[in-house]
Parts: sequence; structure tokens; C-alpha cells
Amino acid sequence: MATLVRPMPRAAASTLPRPSGDTGIWSWITTIDHKRIGILYGATAFLLFLVGGIEALIMRLQLATPNGQVVDADTFNQLFTMHGTTMIFLVIMPLSVAFFNYVVPLQIGARDVAFPRMNALSYWIFLAGAIFINLGWLIGQAPDAGWFGYANLTEKPYAMGLNTDFWLLGLQILGIASILGSLNFFVTIVNLRAPGMRMMRMPVFCWMTMVTNILMLLAFPVITVALTLLLFDRFFGTHFYVPEGGGDPQLWVHLFWVFGHPEVYILILPAMGIVSQVLPTFSRKPLFGTPFVIYSGIAIAFLSFGVWAHHMFAQGLGPTADSAFALSTMAIAVPTGVKIFNWIGTMYKGHLHFTTPMLFSIGFIFLFIIGGLSGVMHASPPADLQQNNTYFIVAHFHYVLFGGAIMGLFSGIYYWYPKVIGRVMDETLGKWHFWLNMIAMNLTFFPMHWTGLDGMPRRIYTYPEGMGWDAYNMADTIGAFLIAASVLIFIYNAVHSMRHGRVAGNDPWDGRTLEWSIPSPPPHYNFVEIPTVHAMDDWWHTKYGAAGHEGATAPIPAPPAMAGGSVDVHEHGHEEHHEVHIHMPDPSYFPIVVAIGMFIAALGMITNFWVCLPGVLIMMAGIYAWSFEPVNAPAPPGSAEVHHAPTTPTPQTPVAAH
Amino acid sequence: MRKLSNYAALSRRALLPVAAIMAAALLAGCDVTGPQTTIAPLSEFADDIQFLLKLTFWAAVGVGVIVEAVLIWVVLHYKSRATDPAIPPQIHGNTPVEIIWTIIPAVLLMIVAFFTIPIIFKTQAPAPADALQVRVVGHQWWWEFQYPGLGITTANEVHMPVGKTVAFDLESADVMHSFWLPRLGGKRDVIPNHVNRLWWTPQEIGTTPGQCAQFCGTSHANMRMIAVVQSQADFDKWVADQKAPPANPSGGEAADGKAVFSRSACIGCHTIEGVSQGTVGPNLTHVGSREILASGILKNTPQDMAAWLHDPPGEKPGSLMPNLHLSDNDVNALVAYLESLK
Repeated sequence: MATLVRPMPRAAASTLPRPSGDTGIWSWITTIDHKRIGILYGATAFLLFLVGGIEALIMRLQLATPNGQVVDADTFNQLFTMHGTTMIFLVIMPLSVAFFNYVVPLQIGARDVAFPRMNALSYWIFLAGAIFINLGWLIGQAPDAGWFGYANLTEKPYAMGLNTDFWLLGLQILGIASILGSLNFFVTIVNLRAPGMRMMRMPVFCWMTMVTNILMLLAFPVITVALTLLLFDRFFGTHFYVPEGGGDPQLWVHLFWVFGHPEVYILILPAMGIVSQVLPTFSRKPLFGTPFVIYSGIAIAFLSFGVWAHHMFAQGLGPTADSAFALSTMAIAVPTGVKIFNWIGTMYKGHLHFTTPMLFSIGFIFLFIIGGLSGVMHASPPADLQQNNTYFIVAHFHYVLFGGAIMGLFSGIYYWYPKVIGRVMDETLGKWHFWLNMIAMNLTFFPMHWTGLDGMPRRIYTYPEGMGWDAYNMADTIGAFLIAASVLIFIYNAVHSMRHGRVAGNDPWDGRTLEWSIPSPPPHYNFVEIPTVHAMDDWWHTKYGAAGHEGATAPIPAPPAMAGGSVDVHEHGHEEHHEVHIHMPDPSYFPIVVAIGMFIAALGMITNFWVCLPGVLIMMAGIYAWSFEPVNAPAPPGSAEVHHAPTTPTPQTPVAAH
Repeated sequence: MRKLSNYAALSRRALLPVAAIMAAALLAGCDVTGPQTTIAPLSEFADDIQFLLKLTFWAAVGVGVIVEAVLIWVVLHYKSRATDPAIPPQIHGNTPVEIIWTIIPAVLLMIVAFFTIPIIFKTQAPAPADALQVRVVGHQWWWEFQYPGLGITTANEVHMPVGKTVAFDLESADVMHSFWLPRLGGKRDVIPNHVNRLWWTPQEIGTTPGQCAQFCGTSHANMRMIAVVQSQADFDKWVADQKAPPANPSGGEAADGKAVFSRSACIGCHTIEGVSQGTVGPNLTHVGSREILASGILKNTPQDMAAWLHDPPGEKPGSLMPNLHLSDNDVNALVAYLESLK
């Protein structure tokens, strides 16, 4: 348990003073608390969601009418490239990671992730990559080759500007953050589960987190290789994707989608995990067929590496390959369908409470069904030849990623906001957000099915009159602005509820999993006492006892006091404390130092190679200093400054720390 | 928690407008018969695709309606009530049910696959040997059509005789494109260093538009084309016209235009038989006979032609044809000359 080790006896290695303090900007910059990092991830991703949304709104203005004059062709191409890149890599993924960070350690009964400093490093590298990839806007050279950047359009002489360099270096940086994060969460889930939490007792959100992180760990190296080859082509004159030099642009397409299809599931599985927590809570029933849901998640992950060429049915791979990938693609629809049926089964015979998170989860199912079924339509390769690269595809993946992932993530925000903030978001505003979002979302994306079938390709900055697309496009644009309005409601609600929301208490939803057993917001160390787990949905069973088991409908007994729930804890207590110490690792400067070095090195790649030198040196210095930094600053013997001690030991407290 | 159940009534009322909007959206979909529609096939290849589209569409609509109806019924029927016992029966699962609902979608998908696979092999079989061969070359941002057996090179307009199989070899001069004439068949990507193939037999006389479907740079949106399906007689006449030597004006504005063409940068990129041999831009030997200019963003009228010659990148952003800053007189002369190349 890396998070619980004792201070190192020899502390001479680090001569810098350790950061200290619990408030102020430096406490956030140096934090290695998984909850704070989760908040940082969430806030950053949400800001970028607004950026990506504004990009979408400008595009919708341009396309509202034929021959739109709002932006020129090059700007439009940058907008759709950055909209896709932003929403995928800078919004849905990090927003999911925000939930991994905040929720997973709480759900598995851990005090932090396995590698807290590496966790901070992931965030700072992610932020560096997010800033880097958007730098192009400042000089009018944002990436402009589409989010899947097909070679050889990304090669010289077709892409002479810095656009593609910002894109490929930015994605490389983001990839490092993703791989670090995926290692961290995999190890956390495997090693840091509370006693008694066997894998099959683990909450489904944690399961989906683990599956997602395995996918990231396996898929990101592929895009890293693909981008490295592109980098060599662009910077050092190799010919991996350059046809004139004997290279093959199609190699990029294969590599990209070997990454890209698992990526699709990286985007959706966390939202599926959230829905799998929210539905049982507000149905007041366990998730129907939990093992089926878990196994189907694993099956999806496994199959997701064998379906990439369904993005390439128009590439002319030949009938045998097309048939094989059609079959594998149809196969992956089965476990996806199973999940939907199990979610409906969860609500069947439940007592449904239509709170905002519940509505968003139901909305997720409703929209994901549509997106899933249109997906099956282009699993048939000949049919896909009419749908590939049209607005039909745009409709499909927005149903899956907006209707699916984003709705699921909103569900998660409303669900766990009380845990993070300590207050519940306003339900009336939440319902306004939900219904406006639901109507606007369908108004925006449903007509795209028809424009697609009517032959409108995606990624066109203009279209002539007389194609029959005008009314649909106008509807899309109106819908997009209504979505924006619904997001404004959400923002107001989130900000307003921070001060004025109903006080949450530990367990505002009568939840099922361990995070609801501790205060909201949780203390720095999460659990005073690491709980011992006896069942799936252990907290529910703790509250309801035998009634929580199969078939029972006994009345509610009063929930017992839980460790951490009512115990008065002094963060810096000097009171006598019965040898009860919870050692948490100290904050560290070095993660952000390493990330800054990486950012400068990347800047050097596109400005002057000599600039790489200080960047790499800063990075190396950061890694070196980090390596010799003890987990805890050396404290004078007897001091409890860095410890967190309950003033009174809880009755049944065999403390994990000592 | 009890209080929350009040919201169920709100939700029930609000579901109806959503259902109404969805129904309206479905009905609105009846009108997708624009000129570039994918659902009005004009060839046997497009017919086969249409069959699969209908199969998968109605399967998806059927499954979708049933599952959404069940979802909505469950949501409305099991909303919590004040009279509920404290907690509902804690049902953890039902293995036979779960197996059944794993098998049902699998069977439905097998049915789709059963009809899909033969059509994949049928439509990707080698083209009949007597097919009319057309070599398609994708350029940023226009289409070149060569008829190797007929010795014709043209641009942005592909002519085909009705009822005769046409086999396309698809190649790229620069980056990836995608050749797509929706009413005649599915798209096929055009990839540098690959030769992709596509064939179909047009069944109706008429003109139908298409455009590049793979993002290929600045003016991807402007990389359009038309397909002209003609009677055999009309096609033969078109072939004869295209094979004839170009008009050679001996006087007047057209002759001036030829002189301007010959002394300007035009000859570096464009071929007019007997005048120039450039291959970067479209072959202009019979440009006057075409319906469209600049890969379909302009009509082939003197006004549009003049606008194009004055400022190609202004008409088509990123156009590789630069603004040559031609004088009005030169442009008028060029228009007269080029329009004479019937």
C-alpha cells in the first residue's frame, strides 16, 4: 500500500522544502490527493467541453444555410478537426478520468490511488497536451486534417503549416498522460481494494474503469507508434506514409483504427459504468445480472480490437476482409445489447426515483439504443458504402457519444456532485437541463440521419442550394443552440448549488457503495478505518442487513454509524491519539515540473530544436528529484503535523496504518 | 426520498412531447429524395445496397421501437409510489432470461449477416470483361476521367451509356479521396499507390451528382462531379465529339483567347490537344462541351467562366490554379476561346 507507508527514516535525499498547506493555489498545483486531481481533471475537461461546444456552434452557424459565409474553408476545417479532437481526447476521456480519480478509490475503500504522484503527473501532462494542441489557434494554424488525420494529407507537401505538428505532438503528450493514468488505475484496482472486496464484489463502475484502462494501456501504444512514424516523416524525412517514397497512407488508416476503435469503447465504457451505479441506486434494486454486465464489458473490450476495419469498408480491403470485419462488428453488438437489457431489467419491478442523475441515465439508455442500432446498420459493409463519411455517421456517433457518453457523464456529475461538494444540485434546474438537453439533442442529431441518407458528406464547409438539405441543417443548428442553453442551465446550477444546494450529508441518495458511507466531501484520507467488505453493494447491505438480499422486502432498519461517518477527525490534531496515524503521502512539486519540461520540449520541436534542450533538462531534473523524494517529508520525531489522527479511536478500529 | 416520486408525473407528461418529436422526425425522413440521395438507386449495385439498407433499417426500427417501448413502459410503470414497501424485491438476475436476450440479438444479426455476405462478394467480384473501362484520378480538388479504350480524357463529368457495365479503376494523384455517386452505387476510397475498383450498370438515363466523400483538404467540399447516363447513341456521339480535334478559331475573340492561352501560364498545367500538354489541371480539349466548371461549383456559362478565370482561389478556396491577374480583355478572350472548345 504505497499510500500508507511510514516516513522514510533516511530523509537526506531531498533538500527542497516540501509544499505544505491545504488551501491556496499551491496546494492545488502540488496536490497528489486523488480527489483534488479528480476535481482538476473534471474542471479542465468541462472548460474544454465549452471550447469544443463553441467550435460546434460556429460550425452549425456556417452550415445553417446553403453557401454559408460565417467562416472560410480553412477555418471550418480547423473547427471540425478541433471539435472532434477536443471532445474525444480533451473532454470525454478526461471527464471519465475525473470520475476514475474521484470515485474509484472511494468505491474500493482505498485512501488514494496506487501511485499518487504519478497521478498528479498524468493530470499535468494532460493539461500540457491540451494547451499545446490548442496553441495553433493563436497563430491561425490549428490542426485541420480531421480527428483521424488520414495520411498523406498530414504529410508534406499537403500539410506545410504547423497545424499537423500541433496535433501530432499534442496527441503524443496526451497519450503519455493516458498511459500513465491507465497503469495507475489498473494497479490501484488490482492492489488497493479493501479487505473482502473480491473482484466480483467490486462495483460495476470500478469494473468498467478497469476494462477501460486495460483498453487504454493496449490501444495507446498503437497510436503512439502511428504518430511517431508521422513525426519521423514530417520532421526527419522518412517515408512511412509517403507514397512517392514507397510508403503507404493506408498503413496510417489501419494503425489509427486499431487504436481508434478501442478508443470508442474507452469513451463509452466509463459512462456505462456510471449508469450501472445510478440505475440500481434510484431503482433501489441491485444491478440486474451483474456478472453479465461485467462479462459483456470484458467481451466488448476484447472484441474492440478486432473490428477496426469497419471504419475502412470503403477502402477496398476486399470481400473477405470486409466479411470478417462485418461479422466481428455484428458480434460486438451482442454484448452491447445485453447491457441495455440488463439496465432495463434493473428498473423492472424497482421503485424508480426520477432524480436528475436517474433521468440522465435513462436518457443515456434511450439514446444509446438509437445510436447502437444505427451502428448495426453500417455493420453491413455494402450499406456502409452509402453511409461512411456522411452525416448518417455523424448522427450515429453523436447518439453514442453525446447521447451516450456525455449523458452518462452528466448523470455521474449530478450523482457524485453531493459527494464532492457536500451539497446536492438543484433538482428543478437539473430537470430543466435534462429535458431541454434531451429535446435539443434529438433536434440537433436526429435530422442528420436524413441528411446523411440524402447524400450529404461530413466535413464539408459549404453546400449548394437545391440539395434538399436546408431544412434539416437549420433544425440541427437550432438544436445545437438549445443544447448550449441547456449547458448554461447546468453551469448556473453547478455554481449556485455550491453555496445554496441542500446539504448532502454522507448519503443523500441512499446509495449502495462505499463512497456513501463517508462524509461529503470526504476527508483527505477518505476512510478513518478501511472497511471490510462482505458483499457486492456492501454499504446497502450494511444499512439493510438481510433485507438487502435476494427477494427480501423487510422494513428499513436504522443505518448503523459507520466508520468515518460521524467520527470527529482533526486534520492536524495535537491531541493524544492512541497511536492512530493515517499516513498520507505529501504533496510534491515535481509532477508539474516534469510536465512543464515536456511542454517546452514539444514547443522546441516546432520552433527550434535547441529549445528542446532546456525542456528535456527540466524534465530530467524533475524526474531525478522525484526519484529521490521521500513519500513524506521528514518530520521531527513525535510531531503529528503530517499525520491525520482521529481524536478518539473508533470502537472496532484495527488501524491499517501502523 | 419519497418526495422525489412527485417527479415521476412530470416525467410522464414530458415523455409525450419527446415521442411526438421523434415521430415527427421519422416522418420528416420520408423526404430524403434530393438529387444526391442514397435511397433512389439507378444501378444494380445501388439496388443491392438499397436492399441491405431496407433490411437493416426496418430491423433497426423494429428492434428500436420494441426496446424503447419496453424501456418507457418500465420507467412509467415502476415509478416509486408512497404505498411502496420500503425496498423492492432485490432481484439479482435471471440467468435463463439473460441467455435468451443474448441469443435473440445474435440471431437477428446472423440474419443480417446471412444477407450481407453474399452481396459483399457479389458487388466486389471482378467486373465483366466487356465492361467500359474508366480510369478515375482524384486530384485536389477535381476529378479526372480517362477512357483508356476510347482515348478520351475529361474532367468532373463522367459519361456512361445506359445498360452497359462501367468498371472504374480509382487512383489518386495526391491524397486520399473517395469516389461517390450515391444514386449509382456506394463510395470507394481513392488511395495513393492503390488501385481500387468499382463497377456498376446504370439503369436509367439522366444526370446525377456526386462528390468526394473523404476529407482531402481545404476545398474538399468543392470536389463535386456529375455522372451523365446516356442512351448508347448519345454516348457514341459524345465519344465521337470528344475524340475530335479541338476547335481551332481562326479569327475574332476566340483566336485572341487562344493566343492568350498559349502565351500564359495556362499551358503549364492544362492540355488542349495540339496546343499544350500540361497535366496538372484538367484537360481542356473539349471544355466547352461540359455542363459544369471547377468541379461542379460553377456552371459552364461565360459569366461563371470569367469569374473563375479572374480569381480561381476566390471561387474555390485553396485552388491550385493561382490568380493570374488577367486583364478583363484577356479573360473575355479566353472565355470566348474555351467556350468554343465544344
